[in-house]
Amino acid sequence: MKYFYYPGCSLEGTAIEYDASTRAVMRALGVELLEVEDWTCCGASAVDTASYLLAMVLPARNLALAERTEVNADFLVPCSACYLNLQKVEAQIKQNERLLSDINEALAEEQLTYKGGIRIRHLMDVLARDIGPEKLRELAKRKLAGLRIAPYYGCQALRPFATFDDPEQPKSMEPLIEALGAEVHPWSMGPKCCGAGLMTTKGEVALNSVEHILSAAKGADCIVTICPMCQMNLDAYQSRASKIAGEDLTISVLYLPQLIGLAFGLSEEELKLKSNFVFTSPLQEKLHSMSWEVSAAS
Amino acid sequence: MSHHPPDPATSKADPMLAVWEKVSACMQCGTCTGSCPNADAMDVTPRQLWRMVLLGLRDEIFNSKTFWLCSSCYYCTLRCPRGLPLTETLGALKRLAVAEGRAADKKSPLFYRSFLDSVRRYGRVREMEMMARYFLSLKNPITPIAFTSLGIKLMAKGKISPQMPSFSGKGKLAAIYQKVQEVEARS
Repeated sequence: MKYFYYPGCSLEGTAIEYDASTRAVMRALGVELLEVEDWTCCGASAVDTASYLLAMVLPARNLALAERTEVNADFLVPCSACYLNLQKVEAQIKQNERLLSDINEALAEEQLTYKGGIRIRHLMDVLARDIGPEKLRELAKRKLAGLRIAPYYGCQALRPFATFDDPEQPKSMEPLIEALGAEVHPWSMGPKCCGAGLMTTKGEVALNSVEHILSAAKGADCIVTICPMCQMNLDAYQSRASKIAGEDLTISVLYLPQLIGLAFGLSEEELKLKSNFVFTSPLQEKLHSMSWEVSAAS
Repeated sequence: MSHHPPDPATSKADPMLAVWEKVSACMQCGTCTGSCPNADAMDVTPRQLWRMVLLGLRDEIFNSKTFWLCSSCYYCTLRCPRGLPLTETLGALKRLAVAEGRAADKKSPLFYRSFLDSVRRYGRVREMEMMARYFLSLKNPITPIAFTSLGIKLMAKGKISPQMPSFSGKGKLAAIYQKVQEVEARS
């Protein structure tokens, strides 16, 4: 199994643990990741406010780089904001013929051409549908029994392009969590908004969203997420959210591949668990007290 | 002059016409407002904003801070019974407000501008460099202080390193940015 890999800017900065754990888990699964050479920013949500065309050209540049290799593989994206922007270009060139020629006129500055048609896949999609729970169960040397996980999907992996899950009631993470031996925390916050970029420009509004999500996670051992922006908002502002709630809302917020890696027996260093802001001691104790499966052959 | 809906016969070049067309089928059901996680903080609800667009109330639209409170969760787009691209429409209004210098919210456009400049320069976002650009553009010491604790935590985790912006030299994506401007000016 082989994919183009587009980490995106966050995975080089605030979400280095998402990058490290994605690569480590894919290696353990025998999946080859071809990092897109010389990739650049997808434009995030900022570029669209300045120029519609630039917001199309920036993601298209990365797809054109992958097309140029003539390798036939899907385009794997762990960041939900990048995923959305890449999908948008693919969708818009189908509706607007002129757009593709405008994009290519700009890309010609770097001798690149974008044809379109590469399949863009979120990491969540690949884990749920290409890899699947059976494969995870097979490789889980350490069953995460007794751990209660709140699956958090956020917005942009699910909407507006609902390609692999229900955009109102997502479930794709649940069979994976159960395959690792953990149980699913029942809640309805999975597809809700964390406030996203408003945390920077309208902090008080985003904090309210974060407080609702963290409050609903009470009773879970950790929240598991698939988006760098969601992880940052839920992880880094817990003391301020606790003040609003009037109670302690501290909880670990792990990336899905970090959780999978723990079950695979990968080291905490490899999964960069110390890079998350919060790694609660109850969670650490539970993890350290878990029994390892002894292989029958040994 | 600003209180009239765009007239397709006479205003082909009016950028509000494209916005008007996106929401012209709105039936004012309010599903968008009911689905919006940030509607409580808005001065004008999303449903009201579409009505203002249809009525051509430009001053009211651009005086509102509503589109700066959109966190792009796409619930309104998903649930709109008319299938209208509502999140995209808010994006188009943001773009117009910035282009016409009519943004009621002064901070958000400066943040987006800093982001854009950082990407032109380096190709990828360098978070600290981008935030330094933003703070310099704000010319206001209060906002940086509000971010200090996060910045310190991120540095302690080795996720970011301090970097001052460079404003000279050729940027990694400068040629593409330049070409996009030319293509947009032509159309």
